Amino acid sequence: MKQIYLDHGATTPVDKKVLASMLPYFSEKYGNAMSLHEFGNEANKALEKARKSAADFFGADKEEIIFTSGATESNNLVVKGVLRAYYDNIRSNLPKISSNLRVPHIITTAFEHHCVLDACKAAQKENLAEVTFIKPNKEGIIFTEDVKKAIKPNTILVSVMYVNNEIGTVQPIAEIGKLIKNYNSKLPITNYKLLFHTDATQAINYFNCNVNKLGVDLLSMSAHKIYGPKGVGALYIRKGTAIKQVMDGGGQEGGKRAGTHNVPGIVGLGTAISMINDQGTKNKKNEILKLRNYLIDKILKEIPKTRLNGSKIKRSPNNANFSFQNVEGESLLIMLDAEGIAASTGSACSSGSLSPSHVLLSLGMKAEEAHGSLRLTLGKNTTKKEIEYTISKLKNIIEKLRKVSGNVLGDYYQAKK
Amino acid sequence: MYSKKVLEHFTRPHNQGVIKKADGVGIVGNPTCGDLMKIYIRVKKDKTKGEVINDIKFETLGCASAIATSSMITDLAKGRTLHEAMKISRDDVADALEGLPPIKMHCSNLAADGLHAAIKDYKNKK
Repeated sequence: MKQIYLDHGATTPVDKKVLASMLPYFSEKYGNAMSLHEFGNEANKALEKARKSAADFFGADKEEIIFTSGATESNNLVVKGVLRAYYDNIRSNLPKISSNLRVPHIITTAFEHHCVLDACKAAQKENLAEVTFIKPNKEGIIFTEDVKKAIKPNTILVSVMYVNNEIGTVQPIAEIGKLIKNYNSKLPITNYKLLFHTDATQAINYFNCNVNKLGVDLLSMSAHKIYGPKGVGALYIRKGTAIKQVMDGGGQEGGKRAGTHNVPGIVGLGTAISMINDQGTKNKKNEILKLRNYLIDKILKEIPKTRLNGSKIKRSPNNANFSFQNVEGESLLIMLDAEGIAASTGSACSSGSLSPSHVLLSLGMKAEEAHGSLRLTLGKNTTKKEIEYTISKLKNIIEKLRKVSGNVLGDYYQAKK
Repeated sequence: MYSKKVLEHFTRPHNQGVIKKADGVGIVGNPTCGDLMKIYIRVKKDKTKGEVINDIKFETLGCASAIATSSMITDLAKGRTLHEAMKISRDDVADALEGLPPIKMHCSNLAADGLHAAIKDYKNKK
């Protein structure tokens, strides 16, 4: 049976060129990049080349890029490291009033990835910060105005994702960046600067990630979403940003991230990120967008009682997310898998938790609509044939599952009345 | 993650559908957790055995294990007396399916509850 992979939002295959660039750094050039001998130099050179590639991509200086184990670590480092720096700073500068420290305020969104959301909630629980979770509108877009309204004198960090991982909606990062720059420019020089972070994990492949255009101080990314290896990511940290390491240990990454470098992984990240702005890759993006639009239009047309979740326009070119009435997502996923099609869902059953996707619920959707969701994320190797096959299988499966569910949902609500 | 038996019942469920003018109907589950199940039964009085489930059908909106347990309960309950059917437990259903993933034991293993609710509905109507 042919396998069709429509889950590029979960992870992507490692590009052959990326893999080839990594291979020497396992058994031949295996030095520790921190070692002073030739083995170490060799590894360090590769590391710095990758750092340059990442820096070029983000329009940043090499010194502003640090490597991590992935976006989850980068995002944790942002929330926890910014708080750590804040408390350190306040304590050392104002020792006399340290007993009544003001708890700082963080602004983020209700539909961030769990690594940001839960890091913020943990800080809240430990009384290290108060947090505002801004809700997106029904289309899955955050309004800059809502960020503005949420800013308080003690706000130290705003974290808004660039592209939502489930519904693919694009947030006005540059606009929020301007707002924050403007806000900071009016602050007395002695005040703590308001920092702006974006989790750009799902944006790297398709959107402009120039940190100055975006006006961000911090930006997270992960290699395995861009045809690079798993277990490696990066964090852009603008010069002068107050952030402290969370991982204690060696002095790697300018003291911001201890732990022996994952040299092959970092080399892979470097190769993957340097390929994104190739002409070939750019052409692919257009193809993906066309295919994705075809997929959305055809499914909405051919499968009744279906909705597209999230804005159709302000959306990543590779993402489609649907809700099918009277269908549960996990069943749908397993039926698709039986036909060789790999997808994902916001149903609770897929996540190991009991409630459905927090992203879909944040759009104001009902639990049953969130349970009935399906995310299809295309990649650079997705073909028209695969999309056609998926649509035709999907039609049959939805029909079958709707037959099984009959009118039980309607009957349930009737009985509740 | 699912046993062969679960996948069999999920992809080709037994006794799926509606019994018009059923003698008893049970709806269990809720939309928040994602699983909703409706069990229909027809009861026949047997001279020697007493009241027997003569026919049983289901409609289920839910995950693969919710659909598989629905299908399995209809197999387990068909031809049983009401007394016997009331004794079929969640564990019996899971065992007959060669086990369910731990997380599903709690949330999707609703079929025994659905059957019991349908029997109670029948008894209440009498």
